[in-house]
Amino acid sequence: MSWSTSFNPSGGAAIVGLGMTEMTREYTYSANGLAALAIRDAIADAGLTKDDVDGLLVNHGVMGSLRPDLQKSLGIENLRLQTLMNGQGSTAGQMVQYASLAVQSGLANVVVCVFADDPLRGGGAGAAYGGAGRTTTGMASLNGYYGHFGANTGYALAARRHMALYGTTQDQLGAVAVSTRKWAQLNPIAMQRGDMTLEDYHASRWIVEPFHLLDCTLVTNGAVAVVVTSRDRAKDLKQPPAYIVGMGQGHPGNPRRAGAEYEVNTGAVQAGETAYEMAGVGPKDIGVRELYDCYTYTTIVTLEDYGFAPKGEGGPFVEDGKLGPGGSHPTNTGGGELSGYYMWGMTPLSEAVIQTRGQGGDRQVEDNQHVLVSTQGGILDMHASLILSADPTAGTGGHA
Amino acid sequence: MSRPAPTSDDASAPFFEGAARGKLMLQRCRTCSATFLPVQEVCTECLEADMEWVESSGEGTLHTFGVMHYLYHPGFAQELPYNVAVVELAEGPRMNARIDADNDSLEVGMALKVAFEEAGDVHVPVFQPA
Repeated sequence: MSWSTSFNPSGGAAIVGLGMTEMTREYTYSANGLAALAIRDAIADAGLTKDDVDGLLVNHGVMGSLRPDLQKSLGIENLRLQTLMNGQGSTAGQMVQYASLAVQSGLANVVVCVFADDPLRGGGAGAAYGGAGRTTTGMASLNGYYGHFGANTGYALAARRHMALYGTTQDQLGAVAVSTRKWAQLNPIAMQRGDMTLEDYHASRWIVEPFHLLDCTLVTNGAVAVVVTSRDRAKDLKQPPAYIVGMGQGHPGNPRRAGAEYEVNTGAVQAGETAYEMAGVGPKDIGVRELYDCYTYTTIVTLEDYGFAPKGEGGPFVEDGKLGPGGSHPTNTGGGELSGYYMWGMTPLSEAVIQTRGQGGDRQVEDNQHVLVSTQGGILDMHASLILSADPTAGTGGHA
Repeated sequence: MSRPAPTSDDASAPFFEGAARGKLMLQRCRTCSATFLPVQEVCTECLEADMEWVESSGEGTLHTFGVMHYLYHPGFAQELPYNVAVVELAEGPRMNARIDADNDSLEVGMALKVAFEEAGDVHVPVFQPA
């Protein structure tokens, strides 16, 4: 595959606005209200008004609380592009990709991408994500009998497979939890900022072995919106543009049959290769990694699949703390989903925008020339990657 | 309160009827002979929609497993911690299951064979060390 075609999208569009609500375990606003607030703030952050917005891509979370006509909640009229999208946790990356293509083609000029969810309504996160309350019949009802509930189970089963095949250890999963917490302690909006040692990790209660509580993300109420526009429009706006220089997707389609090793080989391989090629870079050029880390294991397998560590060696790779502050491979610098906030793919995307702009404050990574964003959905089923850069000459699009 | 019992429906009836007779039933494509966990309507290999029911050997290996400590459903209150497993059948498909063995004895790759237990109005396959 080559990007030296008549249309090369690398660097032709940029993220110019970021809006984030409070990240909370409390119920404040409905998902619809949260989305409206995040969009308001993203538009203002870009130095635009709602009248400038002519595209809206909407992604609801596990509660399914948003509608495609979210624009009515903001009085936004005459959109030229609008839909509800659902690639589960990979949607944030996908929305930005489609927005980038839309603004470069002229289908729309200013596209807002938003995620919002309100899973915490008093029922607890397990109720929202576990599925134990759903009524099923036939083959599907076997899962309830087996007690095979929710995302926690699916990812724990994947982690166990990696541990069995490659010798990945509980300490190595714990090393990810610890390094990610260290970043969270530098991020004022991260939800979990207390000290955490490896001993604390091991002492945290089991959820589903091999996962302790501290292997798992913290379900959050909130919303994040970003604004995407063309590079020409981006130049005159309020914030430094985060140019979208690489993008790609990978959706392996786990057949659940003998011979497949989908638990330990994700769509990040294909998505990453596509994004690297479009950006004209490789793993060694990435200064900051913002990876979907719903669980500690996800960080390990994703690092392998983007080529930072050979397959099977992700565990030893993370063990020395190189992902943390001051380490050689800064990863999930806002505290990720594990300790920061769980906004599906908007967690890695939002922190990537902050790092690309150089607005990370105490946690800003010096080498932010290329920031990798990995968004992932299902049980390692769907994947969308972005590579962002503040450098207007980065990428292979020849726009500079 | 016990584990929530599965319920048979039209599409899965041959599976549960087989289970009641101690047989693990799968589906097989009449066109290309690919074998599937029920209920499969279209063959993923040849895309034909012509399935027949066949009996599995009931043999498999433990593909992966976890041990659940979190109470998602009150029916499991007396069972924590319980195992959740994925079994790779000799015919190829992988199915969710539980292993009727001590959690501490489970190892990825161990040989398994099917057994059946009563659950409400139906019988359910579980797996035991072979």
